[in-house]
Amino acid sequence: MAFKPRIGVFICHCGENIAGTVDVSNLAEEIIGYDNVSFSTDYEYMCSDPGQNKIKEAIEEENLTGVVVAACSPSMHEDTFRRVVEEADLNRYQCEIANIREQCSWVHGEGNDRPTEKALKIIKGTVEKVKRNVSMEPVEREHSDKCLVIGGGIAGIQAALDVAEAGNEVILVEKSPTIGGHMAQLSETFPTLDCSQCILTPKMVEVNQHPNIELMAYSEVRGISGYVGNYRARIERKPTYVDADACNLCGDCEEVCPVEVTDEFNQGLDTRKAINIPFSQAIPSSYTLDTEACLGLNPLRCSECAEACDADAINFDQTSEYVEEEFGAIIAATGYDLYPKEKMGEYGYGEYDDVIDGLQFERLLSATGPTGGEVRRPSDGKVPENVVFIQCSGSRDPENHNSYCSKICCMYTAKHAKLYRETVPDGNAYVFYIDIRAGGKDYEEFIQNVREEDRVLYLKGKVSKLKKADGKMKVWGLDEISGERVEIDADLVVLAQSIIPSEGAEETSEHLNLNLGANGFFKEAHPKLRPVESLTGGVFYAGTGQGPKDIPDSVSQGSGAAAKAIDLLAKPTLSHDPQVVEIDEDLCSGCGLCVGQCPYDALDINSKGVAEVNELLCEGCGTCASGCPTNALSLRNLTDEQLTEMIHAHIGD
Amino acid sequence: MDLTNSDRELTANVEELSGENIFSCYQCGKCSAGCPFTEEMDILPNQVIKKVQMGDGSVLDSDTPWTCASCLSCEVDCPKGNDVPAIMEAIREISLRKNLDRVDINKLETKGLPEIALVSNLRKKTG
Ligand SMILES: Cc1cc2nc3c(=O)[nH]c(=O)nc-3n(C[C@H](O)[C@H](O)[C@H](O)COP(=O)(O)OP(=O)(O)OC[C@H]3O[C@@H](n4cnc5c(N)ncnc54)[C@H](O)[C@@H]3O)c2cc1C
Ligand code: SF4
Ligand code: SF4
Ligand code: SF4
Repeated sequence: MAFKPRIGVFICHCGENIAGTVDVSNLAEEIIGYDNVSFSTDYEYMCSDPGQNKIKEAIEEENLTGVVVAACSPSMHEDTFRRVVEEADLNRYQCEIANIREQCSWVHGEGNDRPTEKALKIIKGTVEKVKRNVSMEPVEREHSDKCLVIGGGIAGIQAALDVAEAGNEVILVEKSPTIGGHMAQLSETFPTLDCSQCILTPKMVEVNQHPNIELMAYSEVRGISGYVGNYRARIERKPTYVDADACNLCGDCEEVCPVEVTDEFNQGLDTRKAINIPFSQAIPSSYTLDTEACLGLNPLRCSECAEACDADAINFDQTSEYVEEEFGAIIAATGYDLYPKEKMGEYGYGEYDDVIDGLQFERLLSATGPTGGEVRRPSDGKVPENVVFIQCSGSRDPENHNSYCSKICCMYTAKHAKLYRETVPDGNAYVFYIDIRAGGKDYEEFIQNVREEDRVLYLKGKVSKLKKADGKMKVWGLDEISGERVEIDADLVVLAQSIIPSEGAEETSEHLNLNLGANGFFKEAHPKLRPVESLTGGVFYAGTGQGPKDIPDSVSQGSGAAAKAIDLLAKPTLSHDPQVVEIDEDLCSGCGLCVGQCPYDALDINSKGVAEVNELLCEGCGTCASGCPTNALSLRNLTDEQLTEMIHAHIGD
Repeated sequence: MDLTNSDRELTANVEELSGENIFSCYQCGKCSAGCPFTEEMDILPNQVIKKVQMGDGSVLDSDTPWTCASCLSCEVDCPKGNDVPAIMEAIREISLRKNLDRVDINKLETKGLPEIALVSNLRKKTG
């Protein structure tokens, strides 16, 4: 006896979303007479527990061989309903979604029969498909259980430690000579004011000592190929010209080096030598020779440092090393930078010495900074008596700068004003703000304390411009509350510059085909429900590369990304959707057209001279199938016959 | 206004006389929202406080502290527990000590004015 499909149709009201426009009970009645449909019903929310149970019961009682759920888009609940049919011992590929919400009720008005007629056609088309579906099992494959973390700021550090603790090997790639990122530059951290380095350096040391972490500092990812579970990355280890194991940090090399250049770690407020260590607790704890600053290695122009080094740690013959490794998962933690103050025309284009940005002020406040923690202004070393802090500098300004709020600068500005008032008790601190955003735990209390106890004068309004006169900066501002225009002769102005993604975001997105949002931050797979995942399988985000964040949020996201990576790496095998392309070797002429068309590099012409598909790479897009001149290719469960019958059902003949 | 050379003494005096930390006010505006007399005031009670925070001497020219009836509605409302009427009183005291005169008796239309009003004005003149 020939196989006779028994299809069940389950129509969801989605509250009023579908039922408000489409006559759902009428649909259930109409469809029952249709070819092979032996059961139908409608329900308020099919995705709810009772809704799911209806499906399971009907499969068992009615002996269904296929299921159509007429509901929302398959991108919402296809997986949910396929799991439901599996629980009732039906193959998951015997369940299909008829989208009568996004493609019908939401886009058509109520008050006439046409949405109902259209929904009926969509359902009939889906019935035509599902009754011809074949049962399949997912393709299982092996994967690497290593994790690559790109960026060694606090977010990357946290992610690396968590993944390593779970027993997976991690390679942490950091571009600069040390890990720590911007947190290493901070003085004290809001809202508890613990010293940044004191809480950071133990974690940096842990990374260095963890048996499961291989730290590659002063290194960069040069290329990544592959797919979730099986990425292959090529990493360049740049030469530091110093053997980190031999270097004993005596600093003799630094002393004799004749070259001084601006010190990035101190945000340009100081100079460093061509051979240097960014700060004393840097990890790896070793010196790095900056070839751009050095008088020359090729030919050797100076070599003072090598001569001074008693440990013989300096080796001018080092060259870049390239390492290739396989990774199952990748965490992108490339962090942030500040929007350049050079772009702030209204605040002097970065040309005034005494107009500095927030990170520069952190260095002035830091005990290890260029002034040893005394607040002295850059131009003449004077202790400033009147300090003006300008919030939202470069943020919330869609016309000239960035439209978004940088989220952390209200808090760090309050911290700056407080620390300034503590170091210079006679000084006056003025904060210009649009509004104060202090939504974190204990943050509002922190701000109130700064206003009340540190007597920082908050003025509501943005500063219109700065002008230099008599060694002071004339600040033109407003206080909206009193309605007064105000002028301040400031000795120092601190700009709370906008947070922007570091260059690492774009570099990483190019390697991995990641989406960036309009402002250049990594774009999440879903802004609310999948905030640490990218749309590229196995790639996760941590920290400020995804959007402005403070330390607690960066650490949380680091742990979140780690959990996602661990979850993936812990799977014994990864499964791949079997809805891939199939090749009829008898029809294939071996022309190779499809090989060039496949966007995933999944096709090849094999030794038999016919096309062959790598099922792990094929995403089932169908580009090749529609282009094959001999019709040798077809997609599983989306064959030409299925498509034709679906079209007939849709146009109603 | 020139904030660098603002009247910091005024701020200190108001704090001393009122016993309040003027910087405790975070400008929510609730005092003004509930004040029954704002229609008669030239600036709002919260603006009075802001001006004192800023050391803005023009607050002494404002009607508001004199219109304030010390009804205490704002004090009850204030989420920070500020005693706004005490701040108004402090400003009135500072104005009085400056001997600033808000009424010129010679120019007063005395007809129909209660005697007691005249007497109290004269008494203020004689200290
Ligand atoms: C002035 C100021 C004060 C602040 N004060 C506080 C505070 O008091 N409390 C608080 O909670 N937060 C504070 N913050 C916020 C805090 O700095 C951040 O939340 C935190 O440092 C973010 O860490 P991250 O790891 O995401 O990024 P980052 O610290 O930027 O680290 C990113 C790392 O990735 C590396 N990298 C970049 N691109 C690549 C690449 N292509 N390959 C390899 N490596 C790469 C970078 O070199 C860097 O080491 C402050 C911020 C500022 C600007
Ligand atoms: S966090 Fe505050 S200072 Fe920073 S952009 Fe947002 S509102 Fe402005
Ligand atoms: S005490 Fe004065 S300021 Fe406060 S509500 Fe009453 S009248 Fe207004
Ligand atoms: S209610 Fe209190 S905190 Fe709010 S503006 Fe008035 S005095 Fe300030």
